[in-house]
Amino acid sequence: MRLAIRHDWEYLRDLLLILTAKEMRLRYKNSWLGYAWSIAHPLAFALLYFVAFQSIMLVNIPHYPLFLIAGLFPWQWLSNSVGAAPGIFLGNATLLKKVRFSRNALVASTVLNDGVHFIVSIPVILAFMLGDGFAPSWSWLIGIPLLAVAHALMAYGLALAIASLNLFFRDLERLTSLLLTFLFFLTPIVYSESMMPTSYRPLLYLNPVAPLILSWRRLFLSGSLDWSNLALAYFYAVVAAAVGSLIYLKLSWKFAEVV
Amino acid sequence: MIPIRFEHVSKSYPRYSQILTGLKDTLLHLPKTLRSFKRDRFMALNDVSFEVMQGQSLGLIGLNGSGKSTTLALIANVLKPQVGKVEVHGRVSPLLELGAGFHPEMTGRENILLNGVLLGLTRREIRARMNDIIAFSELERFLDQPIRTYSSGMVARLGFSVAAHIDPEILLIDEVLAVGDLGFQAKCLGRLLEFKKRKVTIVLVSHSLDTVGRFCDRAIWLNEGRIAGDGEPASVIRRYREAVG
Repeated sequence: MRLAIRHDWEYLRDLLLILTAKEMRLRYKNSWLGYAWSIAHPLAFALLYFVAFQSIMLVNIPHYPLFLIAGLFPWQWLSNSVGAAPGIFLGNATLLKKVRFSRNALVASTVLNDGVHFIVSIPVILAFMLGDGFAPSWSWLIGIPLLAVAHALMAYGLALAIASLNLFFRDLERLTSLLLTFLFFLTPIVYSESMMPTSYRPLLYLNPVAPLILSWRRLFLSGSLDWSNLALAYFYAVVAAAVGSLIYLKLSWKFAEVV
Repeated sequence: MIPIRFEHVSKSYPRYSQILTGLKDTLLHLPKTLRSFKRDRFMALNDVSFEVMQGQSLGLIGLNGSGKSTTLALIANVLKPQVGKVEVHGRVSPLLELGAGFHPEMTGRENILLNGVLLGLTRREIRARMNDIIAFSELERFLDQPIRTYSSGMVARLGFSVAAHIDPEILLIDEVLAVGDLGFQAKCLGRLLEFKKRKVTIVLVSHSLDTVGRFCDRAIWLNEGRIAGDGEPASVIRRYREAVG
């Protein structure tokens, strides 16, 4: 029998911890400036959409800035992880060729790093809420962890599939950014689901990330969870994680050949 | 138990050039791509069988593309053979080439942790070895600076120091000994001799026939994916030299 890679819990935990710490260290190199920059990015987009949709196109959604960032911040988590995915394995070529370790930990650490960043940006959402006279809800204490787990699974599954496939089809990188843009506008982030024509609304349930983003926004704005939406979000997240893992397991033996 | 055993191992690579051109071309020319997959393969190893005994130091020599690195990758378990069987028993530790598994923006100390987990240690195990690693590297004064400020020799020292302290049972070395200054090179060689005394199995790939001749107690000469010579380093190297001219 061949010696397998280490799978024990302590080792996997440490591998994930150190890789995530590395990602975070790189992002927050200059601690506060790093934090400010990564908040500034989604905020700048929020401002842009605010100008485009409310000031120019006169979209009528109350508390539109708050509405925007309550959807944009969670979206950023997904979009950052998936957007970085094509480069995750590609950027670790020498390592992949020489060492047998759980390579999916590289993807998981990217997702965790973006997740931690999302969690620490929640105070910004809170500040916008307080500014508009909203108060945080106790339901966040259950809602945030519940949604974060589904979100992490979804991001992990998509990123793992893309990171693996991109070693074989290098133009997937271009497709990924295109896909993210499509997904962004097909998900009710800058608009609300009630603005969609009634006949289109069922299509929303075919969008794997829509239930997730809608759940986040609802949690932040009204402090409540829609359980059927949450169940759907979990369904898509588990499917994404399973498909991603399957692709990874099938292809990981060839990584060293093509990277 | 025999640490490394290759039984009629063949490994070929498809020429991925077409598929790497992208998804679009692959799909557009699917039949052609599939056909070329089957036919157009490069034989990296062709029916190779050998065993490495515990405590043996094997040197792999041969021209570029003769299958040396493929052999190492098969032992490291990052590749699977198409035909035949590769059996490896024991903790394999690859000595990484310059800076792989390191991040330039992180300090030396953080990089020791990073490299350590990638090579299969837990944090606890690395911390227990931290002082030895640092002492061996002789880089105490630079340890809290990002390694982008290190010279390439210093990075190599740090890399070797980590790999040298993870208690390997099988050590894989791919052309990484020729780094660092003379003093450190001597120290690395000393450490390798120590491993040898402790019956660690070592596989060394090198173009420096001198190193192979001095350090190894067996050499295998690979030529176009086949074993062209196997035995005493001195005689294998002599025949290799004659053949290459």
